[in-house]
Amino acid sequence: MPGKPTSLQARPVAGIAALAACAAGLAFGQISHAGEGESFPPAGNDVHNTASLQRGARNFMSYCSGCHSAQYVRYNRIAADLGISDADLRANLVFNPDTKSAETIRASMSADDAKRWFGNAPPDLSLIARSRGADYITAFLKSFYEDPSRPTGVNNLVLKGTAMPHVLASLQGVQAAEFKMTKVKMGDGSELDEPEFEKFVPVTPGAMTPEQYDEFVRDTVNFLVYVGEPGQVKRQSLGVWVILFLLLFTAFAYGLKKEYWKDVK
Amino acid sequence: MASTDKQTVPAKGLYGWINARFPLDSMIREHLTEYYAPKNFNFWYYFGALALVVLAIQLVTGIFLTMNYKPAAAEAFASVEYIMRDVEWGWLIRYLHSTGASAFFIVVYLHMFRALMYGSYRAPRELLWILGMVIYLALMAEAFMGYLLPWGNMSFWGAQVIVNLFSTIPIVGDSLVEWIRGDYYISDITLNRFFALHVIALPLILVFLVIAHILALHEVGSLNPDGVEIKKVKNEKGLPADGIPFHPYYTVKDTFGLGCFLLVFCGIVFFAPTMGGLFLEAPNFDPANPMQTPPHIAPVWYFTPFYAMLRAVPSFAGTQVWGVIVMFSAIALLFFLPWLDKSPVKSIRYKGPVTKFMLAVFAVSFVVLAVCGMKPPQGIYPLLARIFTVTYFLFFLLMPWYSKIDSTKTVPSRVTYNADSH
Repeated sequence: MPGKPTSLQARPVAGIAALAACAAGLAFGQISHAGEGESFPPAGNDVHNTASLQRGARNFMSYCSGCHSAQYVRYNRIAADLGISDADLRANLVFNPDTKSAETIRASMSADDAKRWFGNAPPDLSLIARSRGADYITAFLKSFYEDPSRPTGVNNLVLKGTAMPHVLASLQGVQAAEFKMTKVKMGDGSELDEPEFEKFVPVTPGAMTPEQYDEFVRDTVNFLVYVGEPGQVKRQSLGVWVILFLLLFTAFAYGLKKEYWKDVK
Repeated sequence: MASTDKQTVPAKGLYGWINARFPLDSMIREHLTEYYAPKNFNFWYYFGALALVVLAIQLVTGIFLTMNYKPAAAEAFASVEYIMRDVEWGWLIRYLHSTGASAFFIVVYLHMFRALMYGSYRAPRELLWILGMVIYLALMAEAFMGYLLPWGNMSFWGAQVIVNLFSTIPIVGDSLVEWIRGDYYISDITLNRFFALHVIALPLILVFLVIAHILALHEVGSLNPDGVEIKKVKNEKGLPADGIPFHPYYTVKDTFGLGCFLLVFCGIVFFAPTMGGLFLEAPNFDPANPMQTPPHIAPVWYFTPFYAMLRAVPSFAGTQVWGVIVMFSAIALLFFLPWLDKSPVKSIRYKGPVTKFMLAVFAVSFVVLAVCGMKPPQGIYPLLARIFTVTYFLFFLLMPWYSKIDSTKTVPSRVTYNADSH
């Protein structure tokens, strides 16, 4: 009879796998220290929260859709997914009576006007949450500050020199950014004074308290996340059943295998 | 070979009617019920069958995607979003296909690593190995062409970077790149021809190669974790003593493996289809824009080990062709593996410490290079990429030497099999 496979024989494989895993871990561990890209505080949104999505839809239509399209998003899909009746949809979210419920969201401002007024057309927002991330948009919407050197009178910490005016200033109010000068070492060893952001200071108050504005942004971003992939809630709830079925299937397959392999000696 | 005794074939009914006209029964016997596989397959032997499953997933989902996808620069991106939002179950078909692409490489890399460990490429399986390597090449071409089709910004710039690699070839480079693109830049024309190659040419080639790979396997027989040829020791019936019929033993075992695989696969499809930007990259949710590069261009994870090598090699003598040569050599060397390995034994189980160490070095190099290729070339990554490019090549180039001088253990005449642990 041949000998049983000893743990010694299994060891090189396990060892190699462990080594590769360690190498991957080490290399990946570097990522957080590599400092590539910026990280933002978590958006804290929840696409399962329908009330928040409904408020977000209202915010989006009132404050965003004037300039930004969502060309892949249909009004009636939003209504169906967020439990909004057709009457409510027509009364509160579709502003143009000629727009049909099955149409996608187009910006009120024409692209030509946008080019003339702002230099470039505002981006379509259908997939903005997928390409930039909820955290980024949240940070962006909270980071406008007074900057008289800009044509719009405001600048943005997250997207410097943005052409977008502070559309939400009436809600958030106007804030100024305070910078302190810090020495930054250049490649040739010389030092340069670079402004480093310290904090925002409120200048004029808006209609909302900071907490209310945070919730306004969270709802709006939540809606953008939903709009990025309208089927995501269904995908996850269906996924639970798929996994449960597969667990059962795999358990039966295991039993079947054991049964057949009984006679393999 | 399987017995093809026509007497035992039922002559009646539909099955008999078919068998009088087509070798159905003898094919079933030759490839399933009387194909004898070693009984001691372990975890690593699931991935061949799983690769076949993923191929089927890609073919079927691909056909359904094609029904709604528009291969035109002006419409491609929108048609993918149409599939994701308006086509019934379109999101599922698309995620199965996009996850399937990455799953294909995971499964194939594990399948190839199995061959490296247990010497599956050694004589008489050289042609089997070479056919497998050609499949791998076809798969890389298939994945590359497919990645352009969503017409996202990473699709566009990824294709731009990879196609431009060919421009480093002296003299013919620039005209070659023009010929590949069919235009002076990545355009509607490029998208159209990549679509044709992705949905017809390469899948056809892949399917034929896979059939050839399986036929070659069944001609020489499967090896096993002990690297023992089971045909050498036969039982009283003249069948391999350590062999068991592929069906039903391995069909039920692979069904269990399939269940485990699908748990992971569907876990990703339903709960993390972008895999944190690894399987579907964030910049690819922006439409292709020739005027704006993504902040950091990197290929999808399965190409990054080779991309890291490409970037690791500095340009000299006024050309960057050296990096391209190194990158292609990294793949080309794999073809020569059957002749680089001079060890008297096949399986890692009976090879010596030097070989085990070198195999570990190879595995670590591949993983670290993959990570380096994903990261911008800053900080520690360029240095890591250079070190591990060298160690990757040392695994192959030193193999004729270390595989010969390394100590070995005695290979048993029969496979090691413990019924309790299976």
